[in-house]
Amino acid sequence: MSRTAGEPFLQHHFATPEQQFEAGKIGMWLFLVTEILLFGGLFVGYGLMRSRNPAAFSEAHHHLDRILGLLNTVVLLVSSFTMVMAVHAARTDRRKRLIAFLALTLVFAGVFLGIKYIEYSHKFHEGLLPGKFYSHKGDTVPGQFQFFSFYFMMTGLHGIHILGGMGAILWVLRRSVQGHFSSRYYTPVDLVGLYWHLVDLIWIYLFPLLYLIR
Amino acid sequence: MKGTNYLTETRGLKSWLFTLDHKRIGVMYFWSIMTAFFLGGVFAMLVRIELLTPGRTIMSAEAYNRMFTLHGAVMVFLVLIPSIAATLGNFVLPLMLGAKDVAFPRLNLASYWVYVTGALFALYSMLAGGIDTGWTFYTPYSTSTGGAVTAMVLAAFILGFSTIFTGINFIATIHKLRAPGLTWFKMPLFVWGMYATSIIQVLATPILGITLILLLMERLFQIGIFDARLGGDPLLFQHFFWFYSHPVVYIMILPGMAIMSEVIPVFSRKTIFGYKAIAFSSIAIAVVGFFVWGHHMFVSGQSPLAGAIFSFLTFLVAIPSAVKVFNWLATMYKGSISLEAPMLYAISFLLLFAIGGLTGLFLGSIATDVHLHDTYFVVAHFHFVMFGGTVIAFLAGIHYWWPKMFGRMYSEKWARVSAVLVFVGFNLTFIPQFIMGSRGMPRRYYNYLPQFQPMHVASTIGSWVLGLGFLIMAGYLFASLRKPYDAPANPWGGATLEWETASPPITHNFETTPAISHGPYDYAALRSDA
Repeated sequence: MSRTAGEPFLQHHFATPEQQFEAGKIGMWLFLVTEILLFGGLFVGYGLMRSRNPAAFSEAHHHLDRILGLLNTVVLLVSSFTMVMAVHAARTDRRKRLIAFLALTLVFAGVFLGIKYIEYSHKFHEGLLPGKFYSHKGDTVPGQFQFFSFYFMMTGLHGIHILGGMGAILWVLRRSVQGHFSSRYYTPVDLVGLYWHLVDLIWIYLFPLLYLIR
Repeated sequence: MKGTNYLTETRGLKSWLFTLDHKRIGVMYFWSIMTAFFLGGVFAMLVRIELLTPGRTIMSAEAYNRMFTLHGAVMVFLVLIPSIAATLGNFVLPLMLGAKDVAFPRLNLASYWVYVTGALFALYSMLAGGIDTGWTFYTPYSTSTGGAVTAMVLAAFILGFSTIFTGINFIATIHKLRAPGLTWFKMPLFVWGMYATSIIQVLATPILGITLILLLMERLFQIGIFDARLGGDPLLFQHFFWFYSHPVVYIMILPGMAIMSEVIPVFSRKTIFGYKAIAFSSIAIAVVGFFVWGHHMFVSGQSPLAGAIFSFLTFLVAIPSAVKVFNWLATMYKGSISLEAPMLYAISFLLLFAIGGLTGLFLGSIATDVHLHDTYFVVAHFHFVMFGGTVIAFLAGIHYWWPKMFGRMYSEKWARVSAVLVFVGFNLTFIPQFIMGSRGMPRRYYNYLPQFQPMHVASTIGSWVLGLGFLIMAGYLFASLRKPYDAPANPWGGATLEWETASPPITHNFETTPAISHGPYDYAALRSDA
């Protein structure tokens, strides 16, 4: 086992660290494909229901706060940037930068959820809720509950992914502090980065679909 | 077999429940799925007994609706979908590649535990009153009927993750863990079949996931997507559901075909005919299978143009399927065929799958489907494919790899008796269903016209013969486990890598990473080696 003595993170069934890294990448990309398909169902449902009920969807989207939506888009984009910098720092053996950028990403993720919380509580207050919970008064166009069904399902599922991502970032942050990563081994940072970009990407589509399109 | 092997290396329940060894995980999957299979089989027997006479025989109409739903849901979600891939695939695939394990052993274990969790949800649903929606959960009935629908839908949702995990694992394993020199076209065809299966598992299962979530949201919160009263569209559910559930048919049958491509050449002592054609036809089935879902909806009111296109694409799937069957027949032609149990099952498969496939064409063409839709003809057709295809192939695989998995030979004599009983019982059960279906007996009905009774009786007697066959099988398989290890490393003279290691294999599969000295079906090279 002298061959693997310098590679404490090489699992026994892989011959080389490169093989392990590439296998991990394949696995992550496949997982991301399943995520896109999962959200795909919601996008198709949204598209179909919107085409059936264009007036209600157009009317309902005015209840969303574009400024907060835009702010959140910027926050997520910046967090994607800090994630890239974290991966770069891992690859170039700069541990302090790695820790700093991971922590920054985590903060931005928290800010995103905070803004989302403000938006959600506003909707709760106004009775702009999904399905049978919808109780907004004074609608001129009927059927707006459908829009909010999709709004909450899409942003809710996305929010769950943000939470999952924060858990994953926290995990690699902890391992970074413990000094597990170096230019020889930083697979988890890389994979969590990929996942985080996907979560960001999905929001890039949610923002115009829900907030902007008339 | 003096030294330790993967079964004896460590002992105790914990060493099994938390194992990362793909072989042990495969074995755990095997026993779990067999338990579910037994349960689903009991439901089927009860359904058949109820149908012995028109009207009430042993249970009420409500109980009957629950019974056939549970039979379908258990068999599809707990048995057929994971069956071959999660058990034999898990066990054999890394061995065939000369690998020490799958790419992500922890994910593999997680897949098993997710499966168990899903199974527990399904069990809860059964105990909490069961469901009567049919396994297809069609809306708006499923969003409004009583019963433990929520628990069963959650079960199917959770089970989907275990499928996805297996799929991701196999694809990464096949790409990255082949032994040096094992190029793509030197892989056994079983691996090609698993690769195609995994692609569908990864691409189709998430759609089921989101569909079931939307169904639950509609049921619990009336979000207005599948229920027309709320502005939703019930057809959208059917599209979503079949966009997953037709490809899932290929998740079930492709592994069966993969086993055929191993068993038939070994027991014909002849190299496989048309290796590349079989390999690519698996991929072709996987791809085309994604574009035929609408053939489940010919009478649903979808547009006639869509119907015509779906019908055409459905016929297209017949081509790669036929390519495989003809290649297997050509492999057998002038071979030195020996009729041990795995080969008996393989020949059963060829006969039954041919009937299942050809009757599918009647359902795939729009005009005849309008007549046959929702009759027993459909029931018989998919049982010929799912049982005559997948389960029979699974049995072939179990008998073929049993010596490798458990290190013991089973009684060949009793295995042949049971194979014949299963074949006869199956045909007796389902051929009458083709006949009464074509004469208009609707599926899922509790009551029926007296003229159908003789065929229902024949079908029920068939189910008893089938049950007897399985009983005998359980008997000799369990009996074999009580013997000392007596299986040689290569009892059938196979040329794929799993036969080069001991039976049962050591924990790390091979003493040293195997060198690829001959092709997977090169039996001449095997003889000169020995």
